[in-house]
Amino acid sequence: MSNPTETHSKETPWPLWEVFVRSSRGLSHVHAGSLHAPDAVMALRNARDLYTRRNEGVSIWVVPADAISSSDPDSKGSFFESPQGKDYRHATYYTKSEGVKHL
Amino acid sequence: MASQNLQSVPAELSPEEQERERAGQAYFDRIIAEDSRIEPRDWMPEAYRKTLLRQVSQHAHSEIIGMQPEANWISRAPSLKRKAILMAKVQDEAGHGLYLYSAAETLGQSRDKMMQDLIDGKARYSSIFNYPAVTWADMGAIGWLVDGAAICNQVPLCRASYGPYGRAMVRICKEESFHQRQGFEILLELSNGTPAQKQMAQDAVNRWYAPALMMFGPPDDDSPNSKQSMAWNIKRFSNDELRSRFVGMMVEQVRVLGLTLPDPDVRFNEETKKWEHGPLDWNEFKDVLAGKGPCNAQRMERRRQAHEDGAWVREAAAAYAAKQAQKEHAA
Ligand SMILES: [Fe+2]
Ligand SMILES: [Fe+2]
Ligand SMILES: [Fe+2]
Repeated sequence: MSNPTETHSKETPWPLWEVFVRSSRGLSHVHAGSLHAPDAVMALRNARDLYTRRNEGVSIWVVPADAISSSDPDSKGSFFESPQGKDYRHATYYTKSEGVKHL
Repeated sequence: MASQNLQSVPAELSPEEQERERAGQAYFDRIIAEDSRIEPRDWMPEAYRKTLLRQVSQHAHSEIIGMQPEANWISRAPSLKRKAILMAKVQDEAGHGLYLYSAAETLGQSRDKMMQDLIDGKARYSSIFNYPAVTWADMGAIGWLVDGAAICNQVPLCRASYGPYGRAMVRICKEESFHQRQGFEILLELSNGTPAQKQMAQDAVNRWYAPALMMFGPPDDDSPNSKQSMAWNIKRFSNDELRSRFVGMMVEQVRVLGLTLPDPDVRFNEETKKWEHGPLDWNEFKDVLAGKGPCNAQRMERRRQAHEDGAWVREAAAAYAAKQAQKEHAA
């Protein structure tokens, strides 16, 4: 084996994984955080140890961070449709039925 | 989410770039004014990014180095239950370090670089972990005072303006309360034990009290960066404010323990409505930060050794992953 400094410089960084945890049956997986691991199997094990030490989950997903596509933060205004003047998409817009039961 | 490299701003900017910078700053200022959160891919001032990177990575290093004083006592814990509790706590601290490294990475620094900086002695960590844990009672005093001070400091950080940092702190704070309570229980049990056990508990409190108060950082008039951190909604309260609150809580709790704080000057100032404490040795604080504390060398050596001892495991895991990927590719 080579000396430690050399060993370190040879090490390739482990990829980053995003971790999603389903806290109980019937609920969606929710993003819990991220971690580094050499492969998916190790990522799952590390995720279990890191994010579910107190029964926080019944199921875990790990996703390579670079496989996630996301919307551009700079285009907030234009990418997401403006809710302006679209109150009619909400039930509260319709007031004439107030007082009518089961509606 | 994923780490994002933010290039430093070049000296010469084209008109379009200048416009982007202006728009970015305006957007950032609005988010801060609304007390909303900055996320990794948002534009942020270079100084904000640097300040956060320093704070979050130092915090991560502190959690990792902080495992050592307590890990030293796992094999000597007085019962199987205490051993299991201590192992769970030390494992939590490792987890805290990892949550925080993840948060720091989103600011554009690689995990390996942070690890290497710690090992090379280029990074700082909390001065408190350079003090020795000499008796079992120190496990109590560390949990009660050190984790207690950490909680006091960290609860407001859950609302830090940088999203990933705040989220890591929420997770950490949930776990810290168990740390403080188990420490309190260790002290309470010793305090209700034999006179020698009670003395051991008191000695541990005497040793950890002043270093714990110094965990909040230098006095406000000697903390040049605090003001900017507060303007950026990273810090919510000043060092002295948090320290004073902490003293007030400890005054109450030490009575339940049947012990005393080693500080005759502790008092509630009716005028300012704040708790006051006796003078702290800030020269000692600076010395310990500068590497001259009782355990600095030992802590660094242990970290280096652990990193080197783990090298073959990391290599084997990487080799196995590469081989599996190749197989899958061939199939
Ligand atoms: Fe912690
Ligand atoms: Fe901590
Ligand atoms: Fe802790």
